[in-house]
Amino acid sequence: MDHFPASSLVVDEPKLRVQAPPPALERAPLVNNLRSPGWISDRIASVIEGGTPGWWKISFGISVTLMTLCFAMVLWLMSTGVGLWGNQHPMMWGWAIINFVWWIGIGHAGTLISSILFLLRQRWRTSINRTAEAMTIFAVVCAGLFPLIHIGRIWLGWWLLSFPNSNNIWPQFRSPLMWDVFAVSTYFTVSVLFWYMGLIPDLAVMRDRAKTKIRKFAYGLFSLGWTGSTRHWSNYEKAYLILAGLSTVLVLSVHSIVSLDFSVSQLPGWHTTIFPPYFVAGAVYSGFGMVLTLLIPLRRLLKLEDIITVRHVDLMCKIALTTGSIVGYAYCMEFFIAWYGGNPNEKFMFFHNRAADPFIFGPLLGIQPAPYWWAFWTMVFCNVVVPQFFWFKKIRSGLWFVFGLAILINVGMWFERFVIVITSLQRDFLPSNWSDYSPTFVDVLQFLGTFGLFFTLFLLFLRFVPLIAIAEVKGVTPQADPHHPLGGAKIGGKL
Amino acid sequence: MPGVYAIMAEFETPAATLHAAEKVYDAGFRDWDVFTPYPVHGMDQAMGIKNSKVGWFTFIGGCAGYLTGMLMIWFMNAVDYRIIIGGKPMFSPFAAFPPSYELAILFGSFGALLGMLFLNRLPRLHHPLLKNARFALATHDRFFLVIETGDAKFSDLETRRLLESLGSRHIEWVEE
Repeated sequence: MDHFPASSLVVDEPKLRVQAPPPALERAPLVNNLRSPGWISDRIASVIEGGTPGWWKISFGISVTLMTLCFAMVLWLMSTGVGLWGNQHPMMWGWAIINFVWWIGIGHAGTLISSILFLLRQRWRTSINRTAEAMTIFAVVCAGLFPLIHIGRIWLGWWLLSFPNSNNIWPQFRSPLMWDVFAVSTYFTVSVLFWYMGLIPDLAVMRDRAKTKIRKFAYGLFSLGWTGSTRHWSNYEKAYLILAGLSTVLVLSVHSIVSLDFSVSQLPGWHTTIFPPYFVAGAVYSGFGMVLTLLIPLRRLLKLEDIITVRHVDLMCKIALTTGSIVGYAYCMEFFIAWYGGNPNEKFMFFHNRAADPFIFGPLLGIQPAPYWWAFWTMVFCNVVVPQFFWFKKIRSGLWFVFGLAILINVGMWFERFVIVITSLQRDFLPSNWSDYSPTFVDVLQFLGTFGLFFTLFLLFLRFVPLIAIAEVKGVTPQADPHHPLGGAKIGGKL
Repeated sequence: MPGVYAIMAEFETPAATLHAAEKVYDAGFRDWDVFTPYPVHGMDQAMGIKNSKVGWFTFIGGCAGYLTGMLMIWFMNAVDYRIIIGGKPMFSPFAAFPPSYELAILFGSFGALLGMLFLNRLPRLHHPLLKNARFALATHDRFFLVIETGDAKFSDLETRRLLESLGSRHIEWVEE
């Protein structure tokens, strides 16, 4: 683009004056109380620089205990074998795969916030993107644990990588499980890259404020000598835009590929073409449940109400409503196709083995109740009914009510994966092959333990890394806009 | 001026900095820069910065990733150890697409990050400005316009006078 220095242009009094919008149409500010850029730095950095709060110590203690428990169970599993789990023929995929899909789905909200909302120019994302991206990374860490221990002989995990194994055989790339290895490891790596790049200017903020030698050194090292030069910002913003674009196509592919693990098989309940979009929507929905679960208490505990405002929660609820409704639509479509498709096995799976409850639909259709009808209806309640509450502004602005609904979203999405994995495997084509399923306490403790792993990492993140993108939040304040009166521009429309 | 790296003018608002940058560009300086706590909208145009070349690094990375995936899978499953799966062809670009697609994104992302660092000549752990105590505010809430003494147009008095005329309240020399 040619360079036209504004100062060389002669501009007369503007002929057209832009009127301020009527009060009803005015948008709530992204940072409340007209906080200055300096205040934003101080407030966010104080989370790291201040003393360790009591609630942090208590939750860290609980998290580390749970994490240790998880690793102890993993160790036991490694030394004994997967017989410690409830998995048995034909349910070879039990809680491990449920938990894998659940955790990896949670990660998707972080990437959606950091990339898709960036491409859509949703400036409100700046207050929450750092925390959400951290959540993504830690959720993928928890997710990655499960397939690894699920292979049984963990010491052969390297067979998944592109090395010839001990028999000189390469991995087989027609298997969606192999695609999954590439999808998940790329997802983790790119999430870390994107997160780190966003951190560079903020680590420089921490470096320039640091009082102790260790902090100066550590933040100085990881901020890579960032100075805030406009020539650097120019390349930086371009790279950020490109990474946002790449992450967008990545996040849509990751859960699609996870869903192919199921839908490429021939099993009724898994073998459907709707899976990729349905899994992606469900992943984003569950992820927003987790973002809300984390941020509603955090903004209170860390006194960040001016930066993570009620409007942010409101907007996140709307995304949960949208994606939750897509999930509800997908459920309906699965049932429609099961009926309309005319495949007796598929019809049996959806009507007899999932939906038939002992009270209403079972008696109505004259069929036996399904063994896990309660899991199915928990899923329907949490994923179809719960998000509909978000239609109401009163509910969206009642933060603790939203918090409760967010917990239900997390529960519902776990049950969705439970229904998909367990009910489909449990009763396949041959009744002589059918069996019952119940998890063991190792299953339960490992799942609970991953919460310990997640929160240990998350709490450490809160204390060592700026939990809100400082430079980005400064950039969306009115003071940051050189053409806004608060940015120091001349009022009256003159250049 | 021996031992002096640059002259540094401090501003308090993005608008003042933007207008100062326009004037400094018009004066024909080349070795100068503006340091801001966040990217200021319109600043790169005011400074005459061209579109960033990061995209090329991503493009090359992405292509390399896709080709790596396709060639790797073709070599592994169709050349080095042929595995027959369901009577299908030894190599099909469709089955090889998902891993290749992921590798394209992976290599492209490394291209974007490393390309950005390369173009910015980072990591650079020593910089004359980072030694300056006042400059620490550049990541807080101040804006600095810095003209290097090595610039062909630079002159002690004139440049300082120019920066004063642009409304800077604080001007200082930055040591090498």
